[in-house]
Parts: sequence; C-alpha cells; structure tokens
Amino acid sequence: MDFKNRDVISIKDFSKEEINYILNYTKKMVPYAKGEKHTDILREKILSSLFFEPSTRTRLSFESAMNRLGGRVIGFADPSATSQKKGESLADTIRMADSYADAIVIRHPQEGAARLSTEFAESPVLNAGDGAGQHPTQCLLDLFTIVTERKKIKGNKIVLLGDLKYGRTVHSLAYALSLLGAELTFVSPESLKMPKEVINECKEFGVEPSSIPNLERAVKDADVLYVTRIQKERFPDAEEYNRVVGMYKVDIDLLKHAKEDLIIMHPLPRVVEIDPEVDKTPHALYFKQAFNGVPVRMALLSLILGGKEL
Amino acid sequence: MKKLKITPIKNGTVIDHITPGFAVKVLHVLKIPESTSSVVSVVMNVKSKIGKKDIVKVENRELDTKEVDKIALIAPKATINIIRDFEVVEKHKVQLPEEIVGIVKCSNPTCISNAREPVKSRFLLVGDDPPCIKCYYCERETEDIAERII
Repeated sequence: MDFKNRDVISIKDFSKEEINYILNYTKKMVPYAKGEKHTDILREKILSSLFFEPSTRTRLSFESAMNRLGGRVIGFADPSATSQKKGESLADTIRMADSYADAIVIRHPQEGAARLSTEFAESPVLNAGDGAGQHPTQCLLDLFTIVTERKKIKGNKIVLLGDLKYGRTVHSLAYALSLLGAELTFVSPESLKMPKEVINECKEFGVEPSSIPNLERAVKDADVLYVTRIQKERFPDAEEYNRVVGMYKVDIDLLKHAKEDLIIMHPLPRVVEIDPEVDKTPHALYFKQAFNGVPVRMALLSLILGGKEL
Repeated sequence: MKKLKITPIKNGTVIDHITPGFAVKVLHVLKIPESTSSVVSVVMNVKSKIGKKDIVKVENRELDTKEVDKIALIAPKATINIIRDFEVVEKHKVQLPEEIVGIVKCSNPTCISNAREPVKSRFLLVGDDPPCIKCYYCERETEDIAERII
C-alpha cells in the first residue's frame, strides 16, 4: 500500500483497507512514541507546522511524532506574529511553507482550508482541524484507541454523547465507525442532535444508528462511551447553553449502570461533562487516547514522507 | 382559431419545461433585465403533457454553456431551443455537470472558498432531482442554489 506524498485531509479519503493498514502500522510505533525504542527514519526531513488556531494536544503530538522519528519541525502556533496579520492569503503562506519543508500540517479556523492548501503545495498536506470541518488524525487516533482496547471495532456497541451537531470529531468518527462495522447509539440534547447527512452516511454502510435521550439506558450494554464537550462558543444565547450544558454528566453513579469493561473516551478538552472522580476508574481512557495521537501521527508521517517502515 | 398566449420569436432562445414557479429564478440567473434590452417573455404554470411548466423566451440572445449550466442547477428538466429566423436550429435538454466551478457561492460563511483566496468556488453534484451540490472545500451541501448563483 503506497501512502507516499498522500494528503491527509478527510477520513473519507481513505478506504477501509487503508485505515486498517495505518492502524496496524501504528501499533509498531507505540514503543518509539514512548521513547522505549529509538529511530531516525525521517532524519533530514522537515515538517512545517502552521497553527492558525490554538491547539494543545494536536500541535504537541505532531511535533513529538516528528521529533521521535528523527525529523525536525518549523512553524508557528500564533498567526498574529506572521504575515497573515498583514493580510497575506492562505495560498501565499502555503506556497512559502511548501518551499521550506517536506510536509505541511495545518490547523485553520475556516472549513476547507486544508483542502485548499493542497492546491498550492507540492508537498503533502495534513489537516490538523479546519474549523467545524474535518480532523482526520483525531479520528484515526480514536479508532486506534478502540482497536487497542477492544481488539477490533466491528460489533462493538459505541455510544456517542454530547454535542453531536457541531462537534467536528463525532461526524467523521460516526462515518469511520460505520465503515468498520460498529453499532452506534447517539445521545444528545434535542438541539444538538446528529445531522441527517451523517446518519444517512452511516446507513450507506448498513449501520442503523439509534438515537435515545436516556444516557443510563444507552450506557447499559455499551462497550465504548465517547463523550464530547458542549461548545459554549456555538450558542448565541447563554441561557440556552446553560440549559443544555448540565443535561448529561458522566459520573460514578452513571457507571453503576455500565458494563465492567466499558471504556470512556473524550477528545479533550473536557469541561464539566466527565466528573474528575471518573479519572481514577479503569473506565477512563481519555488520557491514554490523547497519548495515542503520537504513534498515529508518527505512522502517518512515516508513511507519507516515505520513511522506511519500521 | 386557437389564440397563442405568447408569440413565436424570430431570433433568440426559448427555455422550455422549466419547473413551475421557477421562471423568475431563471431570469435572475440570466441577470435579466440588466443583461438585455430585447424582448423577454415569461409564461408561468402552462399546462403540458406532464403537468405544469414555465417558459422563458429571450429574443436576440443565444445562451452560452455557462448560462445553460446555471439553468440546469435550478431547472434540471428544462430544454433549450435556439431560434434563428423562426426556426429551431438547436434543441437540447440541460445537463447537470458533475463538477460546478465558479458558478455558485458556498452557503457556509466560514468556508475558505468565501475568503479572499485565489480560487473559484467548486462543487460536486451529489443529487440531481432536485439538484443537490456539495462544496469541494468545506464538504457542506448548499441549500437555495438559485440564491447562491454568482
């Protein structure tokens, strides 16, 4: 399977076989990501890291991934110190970054920014989140976390909880989980339900997601509970936000209804949706999930930049 | 003698089989009346073999491909008749292109194609009756296509 110079813009750009290949290769990256083994397969390679929007986990894990592979990173995490501030177009910034590096990773507040970047770069572009659009590497690390913990994705009962309307991770995750044969249940406030287009995509793969308002009932036979934050910035009205924000909470009481081996995931940052008490339970997987960003991004960078496979 | 509601034209274009009620939108995409000073006739809700339809006749103007593509997006069953000296010299059904470039503005205000970037808007056809298009950049489906035509 050849990934050399491939852009990574949307999870939909990858076939089921390609996703499985990346997930398998990611397993080999784990000891390198932990620093237990060392490699320099991307020595002399430079990654241009363009973060037009704040990020903690995605930016740091991309940088860590490139460094763990022996490569180097240039870029910025604050566009106010760049020519963007002077009115430079994204196209021109990309042309410049393209000439300085072997690959570009971009996070941008506008949807479609990463796709547009591919038109102005000869080197591969990796989307690290474009507004409310795609975030394919988050999707891959979520899939990798499930595969690692549950051995496979097919047949697992997965509950997606929270802001299913605006949350960028849950749309591509619902698509990918359906592609890989998971059973899906959606739980959200009425005003933040999963969009019809996403449900229709799931159905195309023969998955019939169920939507139920009762979290206790949904959790009862779930294998995975994927929690998302209700995003305050999406609500024009503070009162409406306050009405829905506390509607669902994952706490110790809720877990009394869950299976012993239920795993709880969250793309982070979390606010109030998971009680910190849950962190101490074996159900809490979200910090391990955040770590998985490193081996997944190592696998992608290695495959795309043509480093010899480990 | 049967009285015609609308007379034949000598030269120009007759757009027939427009979805009933959409003739005004066709005028809008053809930028009529600003783009022509010739006679334009509009007939709405005419009875036809397959229900009702609208018709637009534009004198002294032959539509180009880009204009026909625009019409296909709002009236996918329309037919275009080119008239020269009272004769129909060309007749064809509009056809929805698989890719629509530079014709429609994305309805997502935060789509990068709406920013000051050196690219044309680009859509992929995902449904044809009624036409449904998805932005190549932000992957959102655009509603109210007629209102978004550039």
